[in-house]
Amino acid sequence: MTSARPRRLFAIAAVAALALGIAACGSSSSSSSSTSGSTTTAGSGSLIQSNPANGKVTLTVGSKNFTEEFVLGEIYAQALQAAGYNVKKQLNLGSETIALKALKDGDISGYPEYTSTALGTFFGVPAQKIPSDATQASDMAKADLEKQGLTSFAPTPFADSNAVGTLTSTAKKLGLKTISDLKGKSQNMTLAGSPECRARIDCLAGLEKNYGLTFKKFTPVDIGLRYTVLDKGDADLSILFTSDAQLSQGNKYTILQDDKGLIPAGNLIFITSQKVAKQAGPDFQATIEKVQQNLTLPVIQELNARVDIDKETPAAAATQYLKSSGFIK
Amino acid sequence: MIVPLGFLHSIVGAFDFILHQREAATGGGVLVGGPAAVWDLTRAQLEVSALALSGAIVLALPTALVLGHYGRGELFAVGVGNAGRSVPEIVVIFLLAALIGIGLGNVSFALMLLGIPPILANTFVAVRQVDRGVVEAAEGMGMRASQVIMRVELPLAAPTIMAGIRTSAINIIATATIASLVGYSTLGDLITGRNVFGDDGVVAGAIVVALLAVFAELLLAGVQALVTPRGLKLQRAASRA
Repeated sequence: MTSARPRRLFAIAAVAALALGIAACGSSSSSSSSTSGSTTTAGSGSLIQSNPANGKVTLTVGSKNFTEEFVLGEIYAQALQAAGYNVKKQLNLGSETIALKALKDGDISGYPEYTSTALGTFFGVPAQKIPSDATQASDMAKADLEKQGLTSFAPTPFADSNAVGTLTSTAKKLGLKTISDLKGKSQNMTLAGSPECRARIDCLAGLEKNYGLTFKKFTPVDIGLRYTVLDKGDADLSILFTSDAQLSQGNKYTILQDDKGLIPAGNLIFITSQKVAKQAGPDFQATIEKVQQNLTLPVIQELNARVDIDKETPAAAATQYLKSSGFIK
Repeated sequence: MIVPLGFLHSIVGAFDFILHQREAATGGGVLVGGPAAVWDLTRAQLEVSALALSGAIVLALPTALVLGHYGRGELFAVGVGNAGRSVPEIVVIFLLAALIGIGLGNVSFALMLLGIPPILANTFVAVRQVDRGVVEAAEGMGMRASQVIMRVELPLAAPTIMAGIRTSAINIIATATIASLVGYSTLGDLITGRNVFGDDGVVAGAIVVALLAVFAELLLAGVQALVTPRGLKLQRAASRA
């Protein structure tokens, strides 16, 4: 708790720097902004124009139940509102199974999903067959979704993938840069991950099988404890997410590079139904693909940090992002 | 018609998961399920539950016997009982995870805290309800306080105490599933791992936990019948007749 203030200052400084950078981008491309009340011209940083024709369409934006999804749900909802749609929110839908059911039942118009989750959980694609390339994974998911009357939009620039992480001090002491560097050392190390990591081919099972590693012990933990176990010394290695707020704060943790491509890409795609996409018109897809353009890994880490560390609401973080990117005033 | 059939289908799938190994839903030739794997998790669940229950009995039983004997601390014994039941166990476990770390020790300790209230409250009330005439007679015969507690109050209070222990045991066994989230694999692995184990694994985990709770209940009901003094049984039979 003692370091809360400096971290907060750091966060504010980082966001200020970010806003400046984005504002600079925005001004250079704002000339491409369309003249009529349409948002189909997707120029980075250009203001979203409200289209009166969209006023008769009501869209319900959904999300799953954790920070990144809340933030994305809010970004999409606020942007669609700015484009003139009548927007409702149904954030906090629990797991992907619940979110997909809500979409199929028409309770929501769409929600953001990870390509790796869509392919693995919805369509049973084995983890090692999921492409590590974002576009390939997105296309593959879209093709599968379309067989069920659903569809999806372009992937976000950032990928939130699982990753093997450790304290930077541990990485330095043992000279760890890649997962392969663990060879000969992992048998004295404890790995923490969600209970299901044990049998996942893109987690412990794959680290053992594909990298040929053995660990002293595997410790199952709730994902909420993934940094606590490193901080408390309960584990030497922990399964982290690449977009975690904690990774944007200083240099305390190090991600080991997945040099054998074990862990699939986790870019997000906005999943919707073909029926909704048709009813909502072209501004729907255009707006969503436009506002996610600036969501690079440092930006989403920063937004997650605002919520997880600085305790802002996801709505406030989303508004800040949209304003500093020049999408809304 | 559809709901009961679907229900049956998932039960069949769950038993198949318990009886036969299969490839994980996430693929890669990783095998999950089967009797050996399910038994390992079941044994872990029983171990952590037994540790927690023993700890709860060792701490709560003597305390409540002494408090009950002297009629002191009713507010404490019954208050802790009621307050303890209203704190969600998941809060206790995660608080302890943050304070003292994770693993078997932490989980047993948290589950022990969950197990204490019913034993404490039931034992206190049971001792207070022992016929005062009997206690006075024992004291009149020259029994010391410890003798009164061990030879008179404990046997006469035994049925109600055992009821508290049964409640405690079932709470602990059912809750031990969350150990999987703080460093100790139990059947909670299956219940939280739908992506890997599929619906069959989730239902299998739930079924085994439920069976464990039922077996514990039956076993402890048997113990309760054994420790109930013959005199009490006769008295009850008489009052029923």
